[in-house]
Amino acid sequence: MHATCLPQVVFILLLMLPAGVLVTAAQDGGPSDDEVNAVAHQLYCPVCENVPLDVCPTQACEQWRATIREKLASGWDEAQIKGYFVEQYGARVLATPPATGLNWLVYVLPPLALVFGAFLVFRAVRTWQVEAVQQARVETSTEVDPYIARMEEELRRREE
Amino acid sequence: MIANFGYFALIITFITALYGVGVAAYGATQHKPAYVESARRAMLLTWPLITLAALALITLLINGHYEIRYVASVTSSTMPTYLKVTALWGGQEGSLVFWAWLMSAFASAASLRKWQRDREMLPWIVVVTMITLAFFLSLVIFFENPFARLWLTTDGQQVGAMLQPAGARALFPADGQGLNPLLRHPGMVIHPPMLYLGFVSFVIPYAFAMAALITKRSDDRWIRITRRWTLVAWLFLSLGLILGGRWAYDVLGWGGYWGWDPVEIAAFMPWLTGTAFLHSVMVQEKKGMLKHWNMILIILTYALVIFGTFLTRSGVLSSVHAFAQSAIGPLFFLFIGVTSITSLLLLGRRWSILKSENQLGSMFSREALFLLNNLLFMGILAVCFWGVIFPLISELVTGAKVTVGPPFYERATSPLWLGLLLLMGVAPLSAYASSTIKTIGRAVWKPALVSLIVPIALVVGGYTNIGAILGYWLAAFVAVVTLYEFWRGSIARSRRHAESLPLAFWRLAGRNRRRYGGYVIHLGVVLMAIGIIGIEVFQTETQATLARGEQLTLGRYVMTYDALSQFDTPDGRNVARAVVSIYRDGKLVDELYPRKDFYYASQQPMTIPGVRSTLEDDFYVLLVGWEPIAQQGATFKVYHNPLVNFVWFGGFVFILGTLVAAWPDQDPETARIRKRRQTSLARA
Repeated sequence: MHATCLPQVVFILLLMLPAGVLVTAAQDGGPSDDEVNAVAHQLYCPVCENVPLDVCPTQACEQWRATIREKLASGWDEAQIKGYFVEQYGARVLATPPATGLNWLVYVLPPLALVFGAFLVFRAVRTWQVEAVQQARVETSTEVDPYIARMEEELRRREE
Repeated sequence: MIANFGYFALIITFITALYGVGVAAYGATQHKPAYVESARRAMLLTWPLITLAALALITLLINGHYEIRYVASVTSSTMPTYLKVTALWGGQEGSLVFWAWLMSAFASAASLRKWQRDREMLPWIVVVTMITLAFFLSLVIFFENPFARLWLTTDGQQVGAMLQPAGARALFPADGQGLNPLLRHPGMVIHPPMLYLGFVSFVIPYAFAMAALITKRSDDRWIRITRRWTLVAWLFLSLGLILGGRWAYDVLGWGGYWGWDPVEIAAFMPWLTGTAFLHSVMVQEKKGMLKHWNMILIILTYALVIFGTFLTRSGVLSSVHAFAQSAIGPLFFLFIGVTSITSLLLLGRRWSILKSENQLGSMFSREALFLLNNLLFMGILAVCFWGVIFPLISELVTGAKVTVGPPFYERATSPLWLGLLLLMGVAPLSAYASSTIKTIGRAVWKPALVSLIVPIALVVGGYTNIGAILGYWLAAFVAVVTLYEFWRGSIARSRRHAESLPLAFWRLAGRNRRRYGGYVIHLGVVLMAIGIIGIEVFQTETQATLARGEQLTLGRYVMTYDALSQFDTPDGRNVARAVVSIYRDGKLVDELYPRKDFYYASQQPMTIPGVRSTLEDDFYVLLVGWEPIAQQGATFKVYHNPLVNFVWFGGFVFILGTLVAAWPDQDPETARIRKRRQTSLARA
């Protein structure tokens, strides 16, 4: 075999494996692809970058999907399978961090930041409103004060 | 020779930029206009200089100089010429040159405006833009040199360097590795330049803001000068994001367009602050308020622009976009830190002169609603920023890496998006200073009632998802309010000027492009919201392995697997291409060709979907795998994406609205002269 043909052959052989596995599994009446993907969708490829397991095209992910299929066929439920993957590869396989320890901060900080922002906006608005009322009061009192009005009238006359 | 010339051009540009910084600062502080003028000319000179460097690199890419490390890493002899040109931004080093080239072009363009009224700002514009340019140039000159040659060292390692390392011999590879297959898509050809244009254009308003602070100007002049720059920046950033979404939909093969990937978010964050800024500057222009806040927003936008480039280029976060990994991260962090701290210190020093000129009359005035709009945008920004950096923090503190994926972002931002939709409906009906709960209520109740038709129709149609029903109601509410605003304005103008309704509409929009362009943008957002809710809530999918002639069913669609062929292509791919027939309600409607490409050189597979697109929905087919023996069996993943095309259609309307809002007004001086002429002609 010519050396340059090797990658083609390897590629074709690698692609044979999953499809063969899937066809066999489907024929055996095991878990359906959709059942496998429903679990895989909630897991992230531990090796690839930010790709959910159900759509990751690599051979490694294909094998992990096969693992999910095996576990489902053995009667494992979704939580057990997720737990298995976490045990094997760490919490990074989950789509969101488990709400434990430091991870709480992921869920707590954004709402706190929003509440704090809302407080700042509310305070700014109140301050502006109070200033507006005070200014209006000063303007109103200036308008009705007969002494100020008389003085302004005199000043006006002098200028004339 | 060409490589040496290009590298030399980069060095000269770098020195010119540094000269501009020094001389501009000296001229400004010592009140020597000749120095400032010299700095301005230096800034102008950077563009032709760096253009020479970029042209040198493009020449190397097109002519296949694989002895240059960058050329060997992003091109190959089988690539078409247009892809070789776009390989300029296909890798780390080239994209940094491209960034710097755009920065220089924008800085030069800014320097060509009429400066008579704002002469004191000019030197500081030169300082800010040339510091930014010099930073990017320093990265390519000292760390990520695109002109470095390939050498084979005595210990058998391939290294890139301008000068021959001791004992090493020059390498002349026969061919290159070629561009990342994911980047060989029309969307990806245009997407990065659009994003970069958006990033770079935001540097200009930031530079003017800093110039205003340094020269102690408390007015809104810097905002008025840069209004169009900001809109152009926002336009390009929006276009970049939309094109990126389309690319993901066509190429990445996950059935969607937005995966909350860290690099997507990196480009999205400056867009969020930029959008908040575009709204809040209107309050400063109209009421002389929010001066501090606008400064903070533009500083934040600038920092996020650099942060976005850093995330895209450094590969510090795991991401499908992390094509380029390098050691320039600490320098980026240093630059972001120094520029942000300096900007904030400057703002702190000028805090007292930026006092509001007006007070807020009502909690329901337009300025208060804009403030609320800003709060919601900042809330989304907080979620995005925290989601992106948390995995890093977790790894630093506990050593454990975690994933913050789409469910987090979707759950956290959905209520905020709904809040923004509500504000988009209410704010156009409010007035500056004077609106109260009563006046708002009087203006809102009719459109709210009319738009109720949509949720009622959905409930009657059997839809039960509360989020979707609420979202569509709000989208309908915004659409009714916006169209009513157009209608009301056109009718009033038509009556006053005795014009036909279409003419009145045209002139109304023409006279106040900013306002009506903004309304068109709102309509674009409504259309996009229809598409986003459609795919997010109502998307269905299934996967099955079919023998030839077998069918799978998804909703009203039936797909039959007809055939599969496998072949090599001249550009180094092995292609597996399936043929499937699509039936809808029992009728043949289409034939699709989902395929899987395998690039031999990069050993990278790519899944290209077969898609049947209508305004109502997309039927999106992926070839997952196939049986080898005579290709009898194949596995398909199929998505039904309702209303997804509203996202692209809405994006088009969105861009159209931005163009309307950004379209240059007639120069006031020219308008006055023309009016005077017309008057004198009428008299004569």
